[in-house]
Amino acid sequence: MTDAPAHRPTMGDLPLADRIARAMPVLLVPILLVLGFLAIGNPSSWLTLTVSGLAMGMMIFVMASGLTLVFGLMDVINFGHGAFISVGAFVGVSVVLGLAEWTQAPSLLLNLGVVLLAVLAAMAVTGLLGWAFERVIVKPVYGAHLKQILVTVGGLIVIEQLIHVIWGPDEIFFARPEMLKGAITFWGAALEKYRLLAVAVGLVLFVAMRMIFRRTKIGLIVRAGVENGEMVEALGYRLRLVFIGVFIAGSALAGLGGVMWGLYQEVITAGMGEEMMILVFIVVIIGGLGSVEGAFIGALLVGLLQNYIAFLEPKVALISNIGLMTAILMWRPQGMMPVVKAK
Amino acid sequence: MSDPILRLEGIHTDIAQYHILHGVDLEVPRGAVTMLLGRNGVGKTTTLRTVIGHWQARAGRILFDGAEITGAKTPDRARMGIGYVPEDMGIFSDLTVEENMTLAAATGPLDPARRDRIFEAFPPLRTFWRSPAGTLSGGQKQMLTIARAMAEERRLYLIDEPTKGLAPAIVSTMAGALRDLKRQGASILLVEQNFAVAKALGDYAAVMDDGRIVWAGEMQELATDAGLQERLMGLSMEAQ
Ligand SMILES: Nc1ncnc2c1ncn2[C@@H]1O[C@H](COP(=O)(O)OP(=O)(O)O)[C@@H](O)[C@H]1O
Ligand SMILES: [Mg+2]
Repeated sequence: MTDAPAHRPTMGDLPLADRIARAMPVLLVPILLVLGFLAIGNPSSWLTLTVSGLAMGMMIFVMASGLTLVFGLMDVINFGHGAFISVGAFVGVSVVLGLAEWTQAPSLLLNLGVVLLAVLAAMAVTGLLGWAFERVIVKPVYGAHLKQILVTVGGLIVIEQLIHVIWGPDEIFFARPEMLKGAITFWGAALEKYRLLAVAVGLVLFVAMRMIFRRTKIGLIVRAGVENGEMVEALGYRLRLVFIGVFIAGSALAGLGGVMWGLYQEVITAGMGEEMMILVFIVVIIGGLGSVEGAFIGALLVGLLQNYIAFLEPKVALISNIGLMTAILMWRPQGMMPVVKAK
Repeated sequence: MSDPILRLEGIHTDIAQYHILHGVDLEVPRGAVTMLLGRNGVGKTTTLRTVIGHWQARAGRILFDGAEITGAKTPDRARMGIGYVPEDMGIFSDLTVEENMTLAAATGPLDPARRDRIFEAFPPLRTFWRSPAGTLSGGQKQMLTIARAMAEERRLYLIDEPTKGLAPAIVSTMAGALRDLKRQGASILLVEQNFAVAKALGDYAAVMDDGRIVWAGEMQELATDAGLQERLMGLSMEAQ
């Protein structure tokens, strides 16, 4: 990196109203936290629900991040993404079940070890699967949205059926590793250990992705490619290779999200990824197609809102996220942090 | 014109179902500025896009520095040393000016001496180095696109209407920067509608009409012949 010449930050030149408008999506999360606190009234219930909501949000973010990048960079709508979530969960849970001694041992080290192995196996398999999926299914239909939807839904169904073939037709119930069961008590609130772990993993991942996007050339290429792929190529970069890399990484992240979600639910089904895709799509759309930061904020909003509403008004919990999406799209039709597209 | 840096031979380009270029023959000499002129919609932008590879020529040959690049991919053409400044500027507005420049130096880190030369030519880029490029004014964005092309040594610059829509003061900054580039011996193929700028910078000129080159020669000859301008471009450029 070169040394920085004198500069004047432009944010300081913007009128206050503009600066608030820019920061508004980020402010929505604390606003929702405060509103939730006021509506719930009881601090320990609020804390429990908040951790639960953040955990859910982080897991949805992990699943959504790859999808939004794939769309942003190559304009590809991949309904097959849900299949990677399921496959990740099955591979990961197979590891957890296979290493039963580690899983059942009352040792945090062994328990985390088994989770780490499960995650690595799931990401490796879904990454490879993503690579094959891109070559066989997505590549022939670049530029044709309708065909993409048909073909990727077809891929989703095929992979779900393959899960039935390999792991059998029934859902699989299992127990989380010993030390990740139960809750700790904090300020009178019961906080499930696993949810805290999920929040930590999600945060680390988000920070790591931000670093990659801000500090590395490959990150710059991806961000620039989302906005104007043609120009990135005219500067001498092979966007095609970058895109394959992003597709593989996005599939591996879906696999990671699948393991995390599976461990959270303690039951997995071949259709779980497909079910999650509704929330994932909501998050990607309200975040702004192609925006990882938007997806992060969107996922936190979805997770928190769903948990608060389930506590306050269980009857409307199912439609709360549709309501959130409607409200956000009325406010910002392109999503909260729309990516500027050249064309 | 022996051994030109770029030679197009009978280039035909289609955009979707439309036949846009009807056999373009063009030579761009080394170390000189060649103006590509003609009315709106005659195919100047399409010609540049065919050279960088955003459109594939259906027929004909493109020779860059003696090597055939007709079927080459855009990134490979760029890495061979072709710098492209598109008509719509192609700024990455979400990236800072610095990040735009970092990307523009594709084969390695941006050379500090080169960066300082760019700052000298375009002082606002130093001021807004860490600002998102999307917050720049139109003129500053245009400076950034030229600066990006200058981020590395290029053997040929393709520059599409760099003064379009700019205030006169910025037009002269831009013209000055292009003149410096020319003085350093760069080979430039430049589309420019501002005739004063074209006359000041151009060594050679090629005039297009309806997807073909209809006249090619020295800029001097075109600049001094109002009748020729009238006939080629339907208007006297002097009048603009
Ligand atoms: N993307 C496109 N789709 C269809 N037609 C196009 C497209 N781009 C350019 N054209 C047509 O190609 C012709 C040449 O355009 P262009 O090369 O941009 O002209 P110039 O740069 O000389 O003004 C015009 O008739 C224009 O309408
Ligand atoms: Mg044009």
